[in-house]
Amino acid sequence: MLEIRNLHASVGGKEILRGIDLKVNAGEVHAIMGPNGSGKSTLALVLAGRETYMVTAGEVIYEGKNLLKMAPEDRAREGIFMAFQYPVEIPGLNSMTFLKAALNSIRKHRGLEELDAMDFLDLAREKMKLVDMGEDLMKRPVNEGFSGGEKKRNEILQMAVLEPKLAILDETDSGLDIDALKVVANGVNALRSEDRGMILVTHYQRLLNYIVPDYVHVLFNGAIVKSGGKELALELEAKGYAWIEEEVREACRVDLQEGGHAA
Amino acid sequence: MGITGERENYLSDFARFEKDISKNGQSWFGEIRRKAISRFAELGFPTTRHEEWKYTSVAPITKIHFNPCGYELNGLTVEKVRRAAFGELECSRLVFVNGYYSAELSSYRPLPGAVHLGSLAVALSTHRELMGPHLARYASYEEHAFTALNTALMRDGAFVNIPDGKVVEEPIHLLFLSTAGREPTVSHSRNLIVVGKNSQATIVESYVGLGESVYFTNVVTEVVLGENSVVEHVRLQRESRKAFHIATLQVHQSRSSTFSGHSVSVGGALVRNDVNAVLDGEGVDCTLNGLYLVKGQQHVDNHTRIDHVRPHGTSRELYKGILDEQSSGVFNGKVVVWKDAQKTDAKQTNKNLLLSENAEINSKPQLEILADDVKCTHGTTVGQIEEEQLFYLRSRGLDREIAQGLLTQVFAGETIGRIKIEAIRTGLEEILLTQFQKDKKHGETVQ
Repeated sequence: MLEIRNLHASVGGKEILRGIDLKVNAGEVHAIMGPNGSGKSTLALVLAGRETYMVTAGEVIYEGKNLLKMAPEDRAREGIFMAFQYPVEIPGLNSMTFLKAALNSIRKHRGLEELDAMDFLDLAREKMKLVDMGEDLMKRPVNEGFSGGEKKRNEILQMAVLEPKLAILDETDSGLDIDALKVVANGVNALRSEDRGMILVTHYQRLLNYIVPDYVHVLFNGAIVKSGGKELALELEAKGYAWIEEEVREACRVDLQEGGHAA
Repeated sequence: MGITGERENYLSDFARFEKDISKNGQSWFGEIRRKAISRFAELGFPTTRHEEWKYTSVAPITKIHFNPCGYELNGLTVEKVRRAAFGELECSRLVFVNGYYSAELSSYRPLPGAVHLGSLAVALSTHRELMGPHLARYASYEEHAFTALNTALMRDGAFVNIPDGKVVEEPIHLLFLSTAGREPTVSHSRNLIVVGKNSQATIVESYVGLGESVYFTNVVTEVVLGENSVVEHVRLQRESRKAFHIATLQVHQSRSSTFSGHSVSVGGALVRNDVNAVLDGEGVDCTLNGLYLVKGQQHVDNHTRIDHVRPHGTSRELYKGILDEQSSGVFNGKVVVWKDAQKTDAKQTNKNLLLSENAEINSKPQLEILADDVKCTHGTTVGQIEEEQLFYLRSRGLDREIAQGLLTQVFAGETIGRIKIEAIRTGLEEILLTQFQKDKKHGETVQ
């Protein structure tokens, strides 16, 4: 479904991603963990098409297409959805109007009939139950005056309505209390399916108690330095990121020494 | 053409016009017309050296020889009139064609007794006692050249007189349509709206150009609010994209009256809207909201002036501008708090959204405070569409154009949303939507 090869990206001349390789197949859930500043959110935003990041090398193939050449809206229509770490407030824009317009533009692209106001409302109501969201919230402008937890739930609601093929969750768990975390996790679990890929970007292992990943990758200094199964997340939780840092430094030293011997 | 030459056309218009009006019972007003035309002859057209006209050159207007308009329907039907503006609004509708009242196109709803509604030209002959105390008593032809010109040359417009203690529930729509043909023409429409003590009314003024011809609308409206009266006033300017539109709205408020004005300007090549409110009584409440939305080579200048003359007055002002392509705009908002106007509470805000690097806005808020116990604030912002918001909408599958259109509508919505009557709000929203999408390739709507 998604293949990232040697992806390098920078912002304002500073290199953030330094050669990412990652393959996600349909039905798989990948967790990407790493300390602050390791490039987790940059990776998510590059995949979603945020133009402030410059891709300097590498490629991303999504369902056989060159993803990096696609506009953000085309990526969305082709089935990519990113849940924002910091969902954007849009004062004055009604949440329902926005979500209906988004859904219909995606449906149109997929050759489906656009939903009218009534059908859309039925669908939205059903999905709102999934994330335990009151209807009053959807009558308000997009994310305006929402609490942190409400904003994150709204992201999951959007995901549930838009039914992406590849979902990227950028620190959706950060800043949530345990109840909100469970609601978000339940929403995500309900969307897990054979034909849907998921990338969970997270700082904390806690989320992975509720959404069990197939693979865990550790991102450090712009590259994936370790990959493994779900046990890796537990190891990280127990030992912290310092352990990885140490291992990476160790590996570098060995490389240097070996290089020295060869010369 | 020399400066005097530019004035001469209008002076000779007046000389011809003066002969007509001496016959039809309007001679009582002739003295004011003569004062006004001689004042115009002294003032001449303002230039950019004039502080109040610094960013708006009226040279294009002075260079064209406009002939006075005639009443020409040019295939205008009741259906076309409805489509021009607020067709869904349940209201009394006074229709003016090229500045002349059209009995055949106007329609009236039942009104409370003694409310007068009709042509100003007729009222000048028949209702001298009602008009005399007010007409040309508020909009100053001594100071303003275009007002002087209008005062001298006014032919028609609306006269609305609501006596004390009457509540007019349904809006009164004054719809000015231009069917101007190939020859450049000018109309000096004049409206007088007098609302008595404890009375209430909603007035809508629309200026709509049918077709894309060059013409000049020079309009003055005086609104007089009696004690404790309530007036909601909506003004829509949707002239042809080649038209010139110069307008003055002069509001005079007595004790405890409430005026809410909303001015929406989308048409015209060169547009100047002056809104002046004099809060001449204790505890007066005045709201002036505005929205200007321009593109191409359009230029729109909004000048407002609020005079707090007496104590305990409140004024609220929110003007928002959306400027695209090479368009330009001016906002100049002056609030004057006179010495006696203690406990004044005035707030003025101007926000602008520039959709293009070539669009330009000059915003100048001014406060002049002569009293010492007042609360006054003002602020201006100029910004672009926020990239973060745009990306958020696009990441959900919305086209850049659609997303931009939505964010622009939302920006405009803050002012439109404050209009109390829903049918007017939705009417304006539809007009704005076509304005946003007119030149776009994508015909999708999101409602």
